[in-house]
Amino acid sequence: MNNKERMELAKWASNFAIKKGATEAAVSISRSRAVNIEVREQKLETIRESTDNGLSLQIYRENKFSGHSTNNLNKRQLETFISEAVEATQYLSPDPDRALPDPSLYPTDTSKDLGLVDPGHGDVTPEYRVKTAMETEQLLRQSDMEILSTAAYFSDTTSEGVRVHSNGFAGDWGSTFFRMSASLSVMDAGARPSGSFFAGQRFLNDLPKPSEVAQNALEDTLKQLGQQKIASGRYTMILDNRIAGSLIGRLFQPMSARNIQQKNSFLDGMLGKSIGSSHLTIIDDPLIKGGMASRHFDNEGIASRRRVIIENGVLNNYLIDNYYGRKLGMTPNGGSTSNIIMGYGNRNQKQILDSQQKAIFVTAFNGGNANSTTGDFSFGISGQLIENGKVVKALNEMNISGNFKNLWNQLVETGNDPYPYSSLQSPTLVFSGVDFSGI
Amino acid sequence: MNKNFNRRDFLKTGSIAVAGTVLLPSILSGCMSGTQASSPLNYQLHDYLNHFGVTQKMIMDVLAEGLSRGGDYCDLYFQHSISNTVALEDNMVNRAFSNVSFGVGIRVISGEQTGYSYTEDVSANAMKSAASTAANIANSNTRMKVMALGEKTLPNYYKINTPWEEVSINEKIPFLQYMNDKVFLLNPAVEKVNVSFSDQTSYILFANSEGIIACDYQPMSTLNASCVAEINGKREQNSYGTSGRQDVKFFSTANLDRIAKEAVDSTMLLFDAVSPRAGEMPVVLAAGSSGILLHEAIGHGMEADFNRRGESIFSDKIGKKVAESFVSIVDDGTTPNNRGAINMDDEGNDVQETYMVENGILTSYLHDRISSKHYGVEPTGNGRRESFRHMPLPRMRNTYMLNGPHQKDEIIESVKYGIYAESFTNGQVRIGPGDFTFYVKQGYLIENGKMTRPIKDVNIIGNGPRVLSDIEMVANDMEMSEGGWTCGKGGQGVPASMGQPTVKVSKITVGGVNA
Repeated sequence: MNNKERMELAKWASNFAIKKGATEAAVSISRSRAVNIEVREQKLETIRESTDNGLSLQIYRENKFSGHSTNNLNKRQLETFISEAVEATQYLSPDPDRALPDPSLYPTDTSKDLGLVDPGHGDVTPEYRVKTAMETEQLLRQSDMEILSTAAYFSDTTSEGVRVHSNGFAGDWGSTFFRMSASLSVMDAGARPSGSFFAGQRFLNDLPKPSEVAQNALEDTLKQLGQQKIASGRYTMILDNRIAGSLIGRLFQPMSARNIQQKNSFLDGMLGKSIGSSHLTIIDDPLIKGGMASRHFDNEGIASRRRVIIENGVLNNYLIDNYYGRKLGMTPNGGSTSNIIMGYGNRNQKQILDSQQKAIFVTAFNGGNANSTTGDFSFGISGQLIENGKVVKALNEMNISGNFKNLWNQLVETGNDPYPYSSLQSPTLVFSGVDFSGI
Repeated sequence: MNKNFNRRDFLKTGSIAVAGTVLLPSILSGCMSGTQASSPLNYQLHDYLNHFGVTQKMIMDVLAEGLSRGGDYCDLYFQHSISNTVALEDNMVNRAFSNVSFGVGIRVISGEQTGYSYTEDVSANAMKSAASTAANIANSNTRMKVMALGEKTLPNYYKINTPWEEVSINEKIPFLQYMNDKVFLLNPAVEKVNVSFSDQTSYILFANSEGIIACDYQPMSTLNASCVAEINGKREQNSYGTSGRQDVKFFSTANLDRIAKEAVDSTMLLFDAVSPRAGEMPVVLAAGSSGILLHEAIGHGMEADFNRRGESIFSDKIGKKVAESFVSIVDDGTTPNNRGAINMDDEGNDVQETYMVENGILTSYLHDRISSKHYGVEPTGNGRRESFRHMPLPRMRNTYMLNGPHQKDEIIESVKYGIYAESFTNGQVRIGPGDFTFYVKQGYLIENGKMTRPIKDVNIIGNGPRVLSDIEMVANDMEMSEGGWTCGKGGQGVPASMGQPTVKVSKITVGGVNA
């Protein structure tokens, strides 16, 4: 099935739902095909090939709402599926805010090429995948460390789909994604640290070379040799750009219209107010050509627009989806984020680390969680102790704890080094006075 | 991050997928033939074959195709899952979701190498094509023969009376409404209530080239209530949930009342919570969900795939003393109706009660087919997968510690300054270094042998083998957790459970504030 045929099926499904008693319906149909391989000790360890089809359906029946999905696209069986879905919806409570988005929110032009499909995708051969992973894995073994295991991976995915809303929206999309990764375990005085690296790109030719992937995985492992914990205390925290995105990402749930409406956010009432230092700027830009999360419309059909979410510490926008936007009386601007761009500073990670008198360079998180209602957080970490610009110890088994209301005000610098292999392009972040617990 | 190579495994509460309201499974109405048992609980093998629209001959042909390039072994895992969720917010049961998923996964093993493919279309041609893709992992002239299929009969660790397909959305809505009203009644500070109820049913048909064919019917249900309360402009939120392979009878008024009370009590407690000091201190783990300690500190590290590759901190510790002699830890697939109970594992092996630690000695890894061959031991029934889309890996089921010689009171009295950890949201471990963490949602400070002020939102981090050897006291009050735990590994989530008596660890690093 191609997108044209999917579009016909989606329109049929939407019409069929209306015929069965739905007031409005939204249908999306997609397909994703992926090949993953893993190489160990210069042997192919696993090959996994997969094709997934899916249809998802949202039913609005006199302001009653339900959502359904299936991987069976057989029309006759869809008839039963849709009929039952419409039938079941009537038992729910009516909710005046349950309706499809206002058509004015839909995109008017989706013709611009966002550069999400590598036209050469079909040329990737089984031999190429294996050769690339073999080469990466071979390079991992060229190390002085006492190696226990090494693995290299290659995967490629192609996805496409359509979305149809009964009140006048129809759109389609396609994308490709290529990923290389490597990991190794080494012996280190009783502990067996493992390092890894992964890089994903929309275009095959944008992937790094096997040597770069292997080198990064080796460096990640080297950083972990001799890890220990040190005394609890307040330290300057340098957060590696490779993992800083996961901390930034913790801000999005409390910013969502659902959490605001459900009184479940420490950012409630903070719109237009300062929630962090002037170094904190977060922009959601869905229209970047070739962007990892670029799109013309989101999963509610709402047109994608660049949004400045936080500007110099001031919260400018919540993330407002259709339903909770209606509940709050706010215009929906899209409930999810896409490519995240940040305010970038002047120095790179090395320059930042070199200038520290005493700081902890956090290179990995290990578990932990945050409370979106109050802003409290506590995360396990590992990293390095930096003194006078030099690494003096590898650290692990420590926690950082605090409250986001304070932490984002303690952001004193951002690097000029957005992380390229994520849709959340965070730079290296520097925070003053963070509570670390160790011994 | 890519979980495929990230050797950190996580555990979290809450269901992994949204699901829905379809009243009856509809997907197969077009491909059944012959007579079918009236209730899916009475399905026999021929009903499963009809259900998936396949015959034993077709299955044997596909298995043969899987071995056509010289593989040692091939298996087929047919699965049809139906899940439903109905949820309440702002006093209204105003949303419902359903998901139907259907297909067959085909795996070929050659030595320790695996080829895997799956198809959503179970026609003979589509299955053979998928089998031929998986077959490519092997490249040899030897041909293993497919053995004649014989049915393996299974025990039943999740006896239920009513299949979830026979419970309509109408019957579920009153539970949610009842919970909502109850939570609001329990405390006037409650501002918002969310309740969700999910059920899932999985039909599984398994066959392999060694001649086993077996079928299983796996039910699951999960109820979760959460609330936001507000006092003098300050807000707190917490939740309580229960999950298991239960039927509708489990949701009695008494159980609903208990869940509502837990949700409200655990929220109100947070208003008085303080932060503990940062650093190492004695930690007392409450009976029940504290089994998360075992899951993270030892369970993942005992999964044999990590050990056969030398990646786990436990790789060289079998037969060694790792804890006091009163410490015994098991992983058990047979505990009735728990989330991690399974009648067979997902590669057709019997499940068992597997001692990982017996009287302080490290006893057995948790094996899948590949690792049990590697070590030359019997399978332990730990080969599990998220769905037909995934290949099996060694995974935990229900992990718990047996009762010890101490009393809860004497344990608390023995602590001068420390914490009592009671409820948890998630945990994680790094397999090789062995540092594991879990997040304490709520607990108490222990000061001079007494539980004093509540604490909340602190992460705990320790080293697996060190913490095992630092277990100083174990009480005799073992309890299983009833939470909706989902364990993640290699990008796959599987239901699991855990339990523990009250346990004292002499020191672990606790997140907190520095004076």
